[in-house]
This record gives sequence, structure tokens and C-alpha cells, in this order.
Amino acid sequence: MANFLVWVVWFGAAFACLVSALAVVTFRNPFYSALSLIGNLASLAVLFLLLSGEFVAAGQVLVYGGAVMVMFLFVIAYLGDRSEESPWSGGPSWQILGAVAAGGAVLCEVIVVVGLKAGGFLSKSSHIDRSFGSPASVGKLFLTNHLLAFEITSIVLLVAAVGGVVLGSHARRLESDARA
Amino acid sequence: MHGPEIQWYVVLSALLFATGALGVMLRRSPLIILLSVEIMLNAANLLLIAFSRLHGHEDGQIFAISVMAVAASEVVVGLGLIVALGRRNVELDVDKLRTLRG
Repeated sequence: MANFLVWVVWFGAAFACLVSALAVVTFRNPFYSALSLIGNLASLAVLFLLLSGEFVAAGQVLVYGGAVMVMFLFVIAYLGDRSEESPWSGGPSWQILGAVAAGGAVLCEVIVVVGLKAGGFLSKSSHIDRSFGSPASVGKLFLTNHLLAFEITSIVLLVAAVGGVVLGSHARRLESDARA
Repeated sequence: MHGPEIQWYVVLSALLFATGALGVMLRRSPLIILLSVEIMLNAANLLLIAFSRLHGHEDGQIFAISVMAVAASEVVVGLGLIVALGRRNVELDVDKLRTLRG
């Protein structure tokens, strides 16, 4: 029974994930695209929960669904209505080429996975204890084995913050130059 | 492991990545391109977490959190560029933004 329930939740989340990703790519209005990306991130968080990554799921909802998407919506509202007449770039031949390339990549991946499964490489998933993916164990790993990654992440965030400020002040200077 | 095995996650992640890649390649608006890049990063995150569950190590989750931080920084810089374009009243169309080309 529990297994059946997990399958139902998985299919619901996977379907929502794919449909909202397609909606992001196809909507003309960027505002609707950003809103459907929030749905995509939320359904991915459900999948992370099924994989017992509780801390990552919480971070996904807080950081992505909260902070990053609010920033996106602010910028889209700031720029005003920019719905496009012809949202697709290139001619129809490029679109067919892109679709064929993406379909081919997916097909390759499916074939590789089926082959690995037949070879028995992916069959057994290891047993995990209850604390797997909890904030305590992830935090402990971050501050012991992966301390360098932790520090590099902080430097990357600092550089991005400085870059955002510099880009914003540069744009303001250009605007005042244009007015003068 | 209850429910789907790893290959279901791999196929779902491949489909998501292909959707994001199509958005990056085919859309004109830089806003939608940034959103599609987010989809691609999240497909990679899903795969990292699925394999971390398969092997029973949490290192994949650490990697996924780092990817999240990098994605947030990328969004800051990308949105800064888009706002700078919008303030100069440039049309937001990556096909027409040719001045950055080498």
C-alpha cells in the first residue's frame, strides 16, 4: 500500500514537473513563465522528499521558490509588459533541428539507462538510516568533508552580490548621462 | 527504496534537461532563457540527489546545494544585465543584441 502511494505521488509530481517546464518554455508572457517555474520547483521539491533529501527540498522551496523567483517577478514587473510577437528565434528549420537534437539526446540517455539496468549496475539501492538528508547530517558533512566547497560557495555569492551592485549602478549612470 | 527505481528519475531528468535546453536555444527573450537555464540546473540537481540516494552517501546533496547557490548568483548577474538593457530601452531580443559578439 505504501509503495502504491509513493508511485501515485511520484507520477503526480513528475507530470506536474514536465508540464510546468513545457509551460515555462512556451508561454509568451514572461510573467506566466515565471509563475509556472514556481510550480516546477515545487514539484521537484516533492521528488527530493521522495528521495529522502529533506534539507535540499526545504532549501529548494525557500531559496528557489521564495527568494529567486520573487526577484524574477520583481524584474519582470519592473520591465513592464514585454510579451513577444514572435517568441521563437530562428526559422522553422532551426526549431525542427532543435527538437530533433533534444529528442536524440533523450533517446541516447534512455538507451544508456536501459543498458545499465540490463547490466545490473543500477539495481540495488543502498540501505539508509533515518538521519539521511537531515539538516544535521548535511551540515556536518558541509563543515567537515566539504569545507572547501562551503567556502568557495560563500565567495561565489559575494562576487555575485558585488556584480549585481556594479551592474545596477552602471546602468543608473548611463540613464543619467542619457538625460543630461 | 519504496516507489520508482533510479532509472525513472534519470529519464525524468533527461526530459527536463531537454525541455530547458530547447528553451535556451529557441526563445528570443533573455528572461525566458534564464528561466530555462534554471530548469536545466534543476534537472541536474534531481539526478545528483537521486544518485546520492542510490549510493547512500549525502555528498550528492552537498553538490546539489552548491549548484543552488551558483544558480542564485547566476540569476543575480543575469537579471542585472537584463535590467541594464531595460533601462537603456533596448529591445529584449537575444538575436538583436549583437554588440557583445566578439
